[in-house]
Amino acid sequence: MTGSTAAVQTLRDRCRSLLASGAVQVVIGYGVSDGGDPAPAFVTDADQVDQLVFDHRCHQNLTTYLTRPEVAALGRVAVVVKGCDERAAVMLEKQAQLDRAVVHLIGVACAGVGDPVDPGCRACDVRMPRHSDDVIGEVENPPADVADRYAELDAFMQRPAPERFAYWTSEFSRCTRCYACRQVCPMCFCRVCVMDKNRPQTVDTSAHLKGTLAFQITRAFHQAGRCVSCGACERACPAGIKLSLLNLSLARAAEEEFGVRPGMDPGDDLLVGGYSTSDREGFIQ
Amino acid sequence: MSAGFEPRVVALVCNWCTYLGADLAGTNRLEYPANVRIVRAPCTGRIDFNLVVKAFEGGADAVAVSGCHPGDCHYTSGNYHARRRWMMFRPLLDTLGIDLERVHFAWISAAEGKKWAQFVTEVTEQTRQLGPYTAFHDLVEASR
Repeated sequence: MTGSTAAVQTLRDRCRSLLASGAVQVVIGYGVSDGGDPAPAFVTDADQVDQLVFDHRCHQNLTTYLTRPEVAALGRVAVVVKGCDERAAVMLEKQAQLDRAVVHLIGVACAGVGDPVDPGCRACDVRMPRHSDDVIGEVENPPADVADRYAELDAFMQRPAPERFAYWTSEFSRCTRCYACRQVCPMCFCRVCVMDKNRPQTVDTSAHLKGTLAFQITRAFHQAGRCVSCGACERACPAGIKLSLLNLSLARAAEEEFGVRPGMDPGDDLLVGGYSTSDREGFIQ
Repeated sequence: MSAGFEPRVVALVCNWCTYLGADLAGTNRLEYPANVRIVRAPCTGRIDFNLVVKAFEGGADAVAVSGCHPGDCHYTSGNYHARRRWMMFRPLLDTLGIDLERVHFAWISAAEGKKWAQFVTEVTEQTRQLGPYTAFHDLVEASR
Protein backbone atom coordinates (compact mmCIF):
# COMPACT_ATOMS: atom_id res chain seq x y z
CA MET A 1 0.00 0.00 0.00
CA THR A 2 1.52 3.27 -1.15
CA GLY A 3 2.37 5.75 1.54
CA SER A 4 1.66 3.38 4.38
CA THR A 5 3.53 4.16 7.58
CA ALA A 6 5.29 0.80 7.40
CA ALA A 7 6.54 1.39 3.87
CA VAL A 8 7.76 4.88 4.70
CA GLN A 9 9.55 3.49 7.75
CA THR A 10 11.20 0.82 5.60
CA LEU A 11 12.23 3.53 3.13
CA ARG A 12 13.81 5.64 5.88
CA ASP A 13 15.58 2.63 7.41
CA ARG A 14 17.01 1.66 4.06
CA CYS A 15 18.22 5.20 3.33
CA ARG A 16 19.70 5.47 6.81
CA SER A 17 21.73 2.31 6.37
CA LEU A 18 22.86 3.31 2.85
CA LEU A 19 24.11 6.67 4.12
CA ALA A 20 25.55 5.36 7.40
CA SER A 21 27.50 2.59 5.70
CA GLY A 22 28.93 5.02 3.18
CA ALA A 23 27.49 3.02 0.29
CA VAL A 24 26.11 6.31 -1.04
CA GLN A 25 26.84 9.93 -0.21
CA VAL A 26 23.44 11.32 -1.08
CA VAL A 27 19.87 10.05 -1.26
CA ILE A 28 17.54 11.86 -3.62
CA GLY A 29 14.01 11.36 -2.37
CA TYR A 30 10.84 13.19 -1.47
CA GLY A 31 11.04 15.28 1.67
CA VAL A 32 8.49 17.17 3.71
CA SER A 33 9.20 20.31 5.62
CA ASP A 34 6.77 22.65 7.42
CA GLY A 35 3.81 20.40 6.60
CA GLY A 36 3.81 21.40 2.93
CA ASP A 37 3.65 19.08 -0.06
CA PRO A 38 6.64 16.80 -0.51
CA ALA A 39 9.40 18.20 -2.71
CA PRO A 40 12.63 16.69 -4.02
CA ALA A 41 15.07 16.37 -1.11
CA PHE A 42 18.79 15.70 -1.14
CA VAL A 43 19.71 13.89 2.05
CA THR A 44 23.41 13.62 2.80
CA ASP A 45 23.27 12.82 6.51
CA ALA A 46 21.89 9.58 8.00
CA ASP A 47 20.37 11.64 10.83
CA GLN A 48 18.13 13.49 8.39
CA VAL A 49 16.34 10.57 6.76
CA ASP A 50 13.19 11.16 8.83
CA GLN A 51 12.16 13.96 6.49
CA LEU A 52 11.73 11.38 3.69
CA VAL A 53 8.20 10.35 2.76
CA PHE A 54 6.42 8.65 -0.09
CA ASP A 55 2.77 9.06 -0.99
CA HIS A 56 0.49 10.06 -3.89
CA ARG A 57 1.82 13.64 -3.80
CA CYS A 58 5.34 12.53 -4.76
CA HIS A 59 4.90 13.09 -8.48
CA GLN A 60 8.33 14.35 -9.53
CA ASN A 61 10.58 12.11 -11.59
CA LEU A 62 13.82 12.32 -9.61
CA THR A 63 15.95 10.53 -12.22
CA THR A 64 16.17 13.88 -14.00
CA TYR A 65 18.82 14.87 -11.43
CA LEU A 66 21.07 11.91 -12.25
CA THR A 67 22.50 13.47 -15.40
CA ARG A 68 23.35 16.82 -13.79
CA PRO A 69 27.06 17.36 -13.22
CA GLU A 70 26.44 19.17 -9.90
CA VAL A 71 24.60 16.10 -8.61
CA ALA A 72 27.29 13.71 -9.81
CA ALA A 73 29.77 15.87 -7.90
CA LEU A 74 28.04 14.94 -4.63
CA GLY A 75 29.35 11.39 -4.85
CA ARG A 76 27.55 8.09 -5.17
CA VAL A 77 23.80 8.57 -5.41
CA ALA A 78 20.74 6.61 -4.32
CA VAL A 79 17.47 7.75 -5.83
CA VAL A 80 13.87 6.94 -4.98
CA VAL A 81 12.05 5.75 -8.09
CA LYS A 82 8.50 4.81 -8.96
CA GLY A 83 7.89 2.32 -11.76
CA CYS A 84 7.82 5.05 -14.43
CA ASP A 85 10.93 6.75 -13.03
CA GLU A 86 12.66 3.40 -13.15
CA ARG A 87 11.84 3.15 -16.86
CA ALA A 88 13.55 6.54 -17.25
CA ALA A 89 16.64 5.17 -15.45
CA VAL A 90 16.68 2.19 -17.83
CA MET A 91 16.55 4.57 -20.81
CA LEU A 92 19.30 6.78 -19.36
CA GLU A 93 21.55 3.77 -19.00
CA LYS A 94 20.77 2.65 -22.54
CA GLN A 95 21.82 6.08 -23.80
CA ALA A 96 25.08 5.97 -21.84
CA GLN A 97 23.94 8.73 -19.47
CA LEU A 98 23.99 6.62 -16.35
CA ASP A 99 26.30 4.00 -14.89
CA ARG A 100 23.90 1.62 -13.23
CA ALA A 101 26.75 0.11 -11.23
CA VAL A 102 27.24 3.30 -9.22
CA VAL A 103 23.64 4.50 -8.90
CA HIS A 104 21.47 2.83 -6.30
CA LEU A 105 17.79 2.68 -7.24
CA ILE A 106 15.34 2.51 -4.35
CA GLY A 107 12.13 1.34 -5.99
CA VAL A 108 8.83 2.19 -4.36
CA ALA A 109 5.44 0.65 -5.10
CA CYS A 110 3.14 3.33 -6.49
CA ALA A 111 -0.62 3.22 -6.98
CA GLY A 112 -0.58 6.47 -8.95
CA VAL A 113 0.11 10.09 -8.12
CA GLY A 114 -2.22 13.06 -7.85
CA ASP A 115 -5.59 13.55 -6.24
CA PRO A 116 -7.66 12.59 -8.13
CA VAL A 117 -5.23 10.10 -9.61
CA ASP A 118 -3.49 11.36 -12.76
CA PRO A 119 -5.16 9.94 -15.93
CA GLY A 120 -1.79 8.58 -17.08
CA CYS A 121 -1.41 6.73 -13.79
CA ARG A 122 -4.79 5.04 -14.20
CA ALA A 123 -3.35 3.25 -17.26
CA CYS A 124 -0.04 2.44 -15.54
CA ASP A 125 1.17 -1.15 -15.55
CA VAL A 126 4.54 -0.59 -13.87
CA ARG A 127 3.29 0.03 -10.35
CA MET A 128 5.93 -2.31 -8.98
CA PRO A 129 9.57 -1.51 -9.87
CA ARG A 130 11.29 -4.40 -11.64
CA HIS A 131 14.96 -3.49 -12.02
CA SER A 132 15.68 -1.57 -8.83
CA ASP A 133 18.14 -2.53 -6.11
CA ASP A 134 15.39 -2.35 -3.48
CA VAL A 135 11.64 -2.61 -3.78
CA ILE A 136 9.64 -1.06 -0.96
CA GLY A 137 5.89 -1.58 -0.48
CA GLU A 138 3.45 -3.55 -2.54
CA VAL A 139 0.54 -2.76 -4.85
CA GLU A 140 -1.48 -4.79 -7.31
CA ASN A 141 0.17 -4.52 -10.73
CA PRO A 142 -1.56 -3.98 -13.00
CA PRO A 143 -4.82 -3.55 -11.12
CA ALA A 144 -7.94 -5.28 -12.43
CA ASP A 145 -9.41 -1.95 -13.56
CA VAL A 146 -6.31 -0.65 -15.37
CA ALA A 147 -7.30 1.85 -18.07
CA ASP A 148 -6.40 1.59 -21.78
CA ARG A 149 -3.27 3.74 -22.16
CA TYR A 150 -4.23 4.95 -25.62
CA ALA A 151 -7.93 5.65 -24.93
CA GLU A 152 -7.43 9.40 -24.64
CA LEU A 153 -5.39 9.54 -27.84
CA ASP A 154 -7.94 7.39 -29.68
CA ALA A 155 -10.72 9.75 -28.66
CA PHE A 156 -8.66 12.76 -29.77
CA MET A 157 -7.82 11.21 -33.13
CA GLN A 158 -11.54 10.82 -33.85
CA ARG A 159 -11.62 14.57 -34.44
CA PRO A 160 -10.81 15.73 -37.99
CA ALA A 161 -7.27 16.97 -38.70
CA PRO A 162 -8.13 20.69 -39.05
CA GLU A 163 -9.89 20.53 -35.69
CA ARG A 164 -6.83 18.88 -34.12
CA PHE A 165 -4.60 21.60 -35.57
CA ALA A 166 -6.93 24.30 -34.20
CA TYR A 167 -6.90 22.58 -30.80
CA TRP A 168 -3.10 22.59 -30.64
CA THR A 169 -2.69 26.16 -31.84
CA SER A 170 -5.14 27.25 -29.16
CA GLU A 171 -3.27 25.21 -26.52
CA PHE A 172 0.16 26.39 -27.67
CA SER A 173 -0.97 30.01 -27.64
CA ARG A 174 -0.73 29.75 -23.83
CA CYS A 175 2.86 28.44 -23.93
CA THR A 176 5.28 31.04 -22.57
CA ARG A 177 8.41 29.07 -23.53
CA CYS A 178 9.37 28.68 -19.87
CA TYR A 179 10.89 25.29 -20.77
CA ALA A 180 9.70 23.74 -17.50
CA CYS A 181 8.72 20.64 -19.51
CA ARG A 182 12.29 20.36 -20.72
CA GLN A 183 13.86 20.99 -17.32
CA VAL A 184 11.91 18.27 -15.49
CA CYS A 185 12.32 15.67 -18.21
CA PRO A 186 14.98 13.04 -17.52
CA MET A 187 15.30 12.42 -21.26
CA CYS A 188 16.18 16.08 -21.95
CA PHE A 189 19.77 15.66 -20.86
CA CYS A 190 21.56 17.58 -23.63
CA ARG A 191 24.09 19.96 -22.07
CA VAL A 192 23.18 22.53 -24.71
CA CYS A 193 19.61 22.33 -25.93
CA VAL A 194 18.87 23.13 -29.57
CA MET A 195 16.39 25.70 -28.23
CA ASP A 196 19.27 27.65 -26.70
CA LYS A 197 21.43 27.60 -29.80
CA ASN A 198 21.49 30.69 -31.96
CA ARG A 199 24.18 29.96 -34.51
CA PRO A 200 22.26 28.96 -36.47
CA GLN A 201 18.93 29.76 -34.87
CA THR A 202 16.83 26.77 -35.87
CA VAL A 203 13.76 27.55 -33.82
CA ASP A 204 12.25 30.98 -33.32
CA THR A 205 12.67 31.90 -29.64
CA SER A 206 9.69 34.25 -29.37
CA ALA A 207 6.64 32.96 -27.57
CA HIS A 208 4.38 33.53 -30.54
CA LEU A 209 2.51 30.74 -32.29
CA LYS A 210 5.08 30.14 -34.99
CA GLY A 211 7.90 29.77 -32.47
CA THR A 212 5.93 27.73 -29.98
CA LEU A 213 4.64 25.32 -32.60
CA ALA A 214 8.19 24.67 -33.78
CA PHE A 215 9.33 24.31 -30.16
CA GLN A 216 6.53 21.93 -29.25
CA ILE A 217 7.12 19.76 -32.31
CA THR A 218 10.81 19.65 -31.42
CA ARG A 219 10.20 18.87 -27.75
CA ALA A 220 7.81 16.09 -28.64
CA PHE A 221 9.81 14.55 -31.45
CA HIS A 222 13.04 14.53 -29.48
CA GLN A 223 11.18 12.11 -27.20
CA ALA A 224 10.54 9.65 -30.01
CA GLY A 225 11.34 6.14 -28.82
CA ARG A 226 12.59 7.53 -25.51
CA CYS A 227 9.63 8.97 -23.57
CA VAL A 228 8.67 6.70 -20.68
CA SER A 229 5.27 8.35 -20.14
CA CYS A 230 5.99 9.48 -16.58
CA GLY A 231 3.92 12.63 -17.20
CA ALA A 232 6.41 14.96 -15.49
CA CYS A 233 6.35 17.45 -18.40
CA GLU A 234 2.59 17.83 -18.31
CA ARG A 235 2.49 18.25 -14.52
CA ALA A 236 5.24 20.85 -14.73
CA CYS A 237 3.47 22.90 -17.42
CA PRO A 238 2.12 26.10 -15.84
CA ALA A 239 -0.15 26.59 -18.87
CA GLY A 240 -1.76 23.17 -18.48
CA ILE A 241 -0.98 22.04 -22.03
CA LYS A 242 -1.79 18.39 -22.65
CA LEU A 243 1.71 17.32 -23.59
CA SER A 244 0.95 13.68 -22.78
CA LEU A 245 -1.21 13.41 -25.92
CA LEU A 246 1.82 14.15 -28.11
CA ASN A 247 3.99 11.79 -26.10
CA LEU A 248 1.32 9.11 -26.41
CA SER A 249 1.27 9.35 -30.18
CA LEU A 250 5.01 8.65 -30.22
CA ALA A 251 4.62 5.86 -27.66
CA ARG A 252 1.99 4.26 -29.83
CA ALA A 253 4.16 4.56 -32.95
CA ALA A 254 6.99 2.86 -31.06
CA GLU A 255 4.74 0.09 -29.80
CA GLU A 256 2.86 -0.53 -33.05
CA GLU A 257 5.81 -0.26 -35.43
CA PHE A 258 8.50 -1.88 -33.33
CA GLY A 259 6.76 -3.58 -30.41
CA VAL A 260 8.84 -1.48 -28.03
CA ARG A 261 7.79 0.49 -24.97
CA PRO A 262 10.79 2.59 -23.96
CA GLY A 263 12.38 1.55 -20.67
CA MET A 264 10.24 -1.54 -20.19
CA ASP A 265 12.88 -4.03 -21.27
CA PRO A 266 16.56 -3.15 -20.83
CA GLY A 267 17.30 -5.51 -23.73
CA ASP A 268 15.38 -3.46 -26.33
CA ASP A 269 17.31 -1.54 -28.98
CA LEU A 270 17.15 2.24 -29.13
CA LEU A 271 14.56 3.11 -31.77
CA VAL A 272 15.92 6.41 -33.01
CA GLY A 273 19.64 6.25 -33.64
CA GLY A 274 19.29 2.70 -34.88
CA TYR A 275 17.56 1.27 -37.94
CA SER A 276 16.60 -1.94 -39.63
CA THR A 277 16.88 -2.66 -43.35
CA SER A 278 13.39 -4.18 -43.10
CA ASP A 279 11.69 -1.06 -41.69
CA ARG A 280 8.24 -0.45 -43.12
CA GLU A 281 8.15 2.12 -45.92
CA GLY A 282 4.57 2.17 -47.18
CA PHE A 283 4.58 5.96 -46.93
CA ILE A 284 7.58 6.33 -49.27
CA GLN A 285 7.01 6.64 -53.02
CA MET B 1 -9.49 26.61 -55.06
CA SER B 2 -8.33 30.19 -55.19
CA ALA B 3 -7.90 31.48 -58.73
CA GLY B 4 -4.36 31.67 -60.01
CA PHE B 5 -3.01 29.66 -57.10
CA GLU B 6 0.45 28.30 -57.75
CA PRO B 7 1.55 25.84 -55.08
CA ARG B 8 4.89 26.37 -53.43
CA VAL B 9 6.59 23.02 -53.01
CA VAL B 10 9.84 22.74 -51.07
CA ALA B 11 11.90 19.68 -51.94
CA LEU B 12 14.60 18.67 -49.46
CA VAL B 13 16.83 16.36 -51.42
CA CYS B 14 19.99 14.36 -50.97
CA ASN B 15 23.11 15.51 -52.79
CA TRP B 16 24.07 12.12 -54.17
CA CYS B 17 20.88 10.69 -55.65
CA THR B 18 17.85 12.91 -55.99
CA TYR B 19 19.78 16.10 -56.70
CA LEU B 20 21.55 14.33 -59.55
CA GLY B 21 18.22 12.79 -60.61
CA ALA B 22 16.83 16.32 -60.89
CA ASP B 23 19.94 17.32 -62.83
CA LEU B 24 19.38 14.40 -65.19
CA ALA B 25 15.78 15.48 -65.71
CA GLY B 26 17.20 18.85 -66.77
CA THR B 27 19.83 17.52 -69.18
CA ASN B 28 17.17 15.22 -70.67
CA ARG B 29 14.94 18.28 -71.20
CA LEU B 30 12.12 16.66 -69.20
CA GLU B 31 9.42 19.12 -68.31
CA TYR B 32 8.12 19.44 -64.77
CA PRO B 33 6.37 22.22 -62.86
CA ALA B 34 8.49 25.17 -61.80
CA ASN B 35 6.64 25.20 -58.47
CA VAL B 36 9.33 23.17 -56.78
CA ARG B 37 12.14 24.81 -54.78
CA ILE B 38 15.01 22.42 -54.35
CA VAL B 39 17.09 22.52 -51.18
CA ARG B 40 20.15 20.32 -51.36
CA ALA B 41 21.24 18.43 -48.24
CA PRO B 42 24.15 16.01 -47.89
CA CYS B 43 21.83 13.08 -47.15
CA THR B 44 18.23 12.32 -46.18
CA GLY B 45 19.73 11.44 -42.80
CA ARG B 46 20.65 15.12 -42.46
CA ILE B 47 17.12 16.28 -43.16
CA ASP B 48 16.11 17.33 -39.69
CA PHE B 49 12.35 17.46 -39.11
CA ASN B 50 12.92 21.10 -38.13
CA LEU B 51 13.68 21.83 -41.78
CA VAL B 52 10.23 20.52 -42.69
CA VAL B 53 8.66 22.78 -40.08
CA LYS B 54 10.80 25.68 -41.31
CA ALA B 55 9.67 25.12 -44.89
CA PHE B 56 6.03 25.41 -43.81
CA GLU B 57 6.91 28.46 -41.72
CA GLY B 58 8.45 29.96 -44.84
CA GLY B 59 5.20 29.61 -46.75
CA ALA B 60 5.44 26.16 -48.36
CA ASP B 61 2.16 24.52 -49.35
CA ALA B 62 3.81 21.10 -49.47
CA VAL B 63 7.16 19.60 -48.53
CA ALA B 64 8.83 16.73 -50.33
CA VAL B 65 11.81 14.79 -49.03
CA SER B 66 13.79 12.57 -51.34
CA GLY B 67 17.04 10.66 -51.39
CA CYS B 68 18.83 7.44 -52.29
CA HIS B 69 17.05 4.11 -52.43
CA PRO B 70 17.68 1.74 -49.49
CA GLY B 71 21.11 0.19 -49.88
CA ASP B 72 22.36 3.05 -52.06
CA CYS B 73 23.25 5.62 -49.42
CA HIS B 74 26.56 7.39 -49.99
CA TYR B 75 27.08 7.23 -46.22
CA THR B 76 25.88 3.60 -46.02
CA SER B 77 22.94 4.11 -43.67
CA GLY B 78 21.75 7.74 -43.69
CA ASN B 79 18.58 6.92 -45.58
CA TYR B 80 17.76 4.06 -43.19
CA HIS B 81 18.05 6.47 -40.27
CA ALA B 82 15.81 8.93 -42.10
CA ARG B 83 13.21 6.25 -42.79
CA ARG B 84 13.20 5.14 -39.15
CA ARG B 85 12.78 8.73 -37.97
CA TRP B 86 9.95 9.39 -40.41
CA MET B 87 8.08 6.33 -39.20
CA MET B 88 7.83 8.14 -35.88
CA PHE B 89 7.52 11.68 -37.23
CA ARG B 90 4.45 11.13 -39.41
CA PRO B 91 2.19 9.91 -36.57
CA LEU B 92 3.26 12.94 -34.52
CA LEU B 93 2.37 15.32 -37.36
CA ASP B 94 -0.94 13.50 -37.68
CA THR B 95 -1.72 13.98 -33.99
CA LEU B 96 -0.87 17.67 -34.34
CA GLY B 97 -3.38 17.87 -37.17
CA ILE B 98 -0.78 18.84 -39.76
CA ASP B 99 -2.00 17.82 -43.20
CA LEU B 100 -0.07 14.64 -44.09
CA GLU B 101 -1.15 15.00 -47.73
CA ARG B 102 1.28 17.89 -47.87
CA VAL B 103 4.27 15.90 -46.64
CA HIS B 104 5.87 13.59 -49.20
CA PHE B 105 8.77 11.15 -49.21
CA ALA B 106 10.31 9.40 -52.21
CA TRP B 107 13.38 7.40 -53.12
CA ILE B 108 14.77 8.79 -56.39
CA SER B 109 18.17 7.73 -57.66
CA ALA B 110 20.59 9.68 -59.85
CA ALA B 111 19.36 7.63 -62.83
CA GLU B 112 15.68 8.39 -62.21
CA GLY B 113 15.27 11.79 -63.84
CA LYS B 114 11.93 10.64 -65.15
CA LYS B 115 10.72 9.56 -61.72
CA TRP B 116 11.75 12.97 -60.36
CA ALA B 117 9.76 14.78 -63.05
CA GLN B 118 6.73 12.56 -62.34
CA PHE B 119 7.07 12.94 -58.58
CA VAL B 120 7.24 16.75 -58.75
CA THR B 121 4.30 16.83 -61.17
CA GLU B 122 2.20 14.62 -58.89
CA VAL B 123 3.04 16.56 -55.75
CA THR B 124 2.35 19.88 -57.45
CA GLU B 125 -0.98 18.74 -58.89
CA GLN B 126 -2.10 17.21 -55.60
CA THR B 127 -1.18 20.41 -53.75
CA ARG B 128 -3.00 22.48 -56.37
CA GLN B 129 -6.14 20.45 -55.62
CA LEU B 130 -5.66 20.93 -51.87
CA GLY B 131 -5.18 24.67 -52.24
CA PRO B 132 -2.90 26.93 -50.19
CA TYR B 133 -1.97 25.67 -46.72
CA THR B 134 -3.89 28.53 -45.10
CA ALA B 135 -4.07 26.96 -41.62
CA PHE B 136 -0.28 27.12 -41.31
CA HIS B 137 0.16 30.38 -43.23
CA ASP B 138 -2.38 32.15 -41.00
CA LEU B 139 -0.50 31.02 -37.92
CA VAL B 140 2.75 32.42 -39.31
CA GLU B 141 1.00 35.65 -40.31
CA ALA B 142 -0.42 36.01 -36.78
CA SER B 143 3.10 35.70 -35.35
CA ARG B 144 4.52 38.67 -37.20
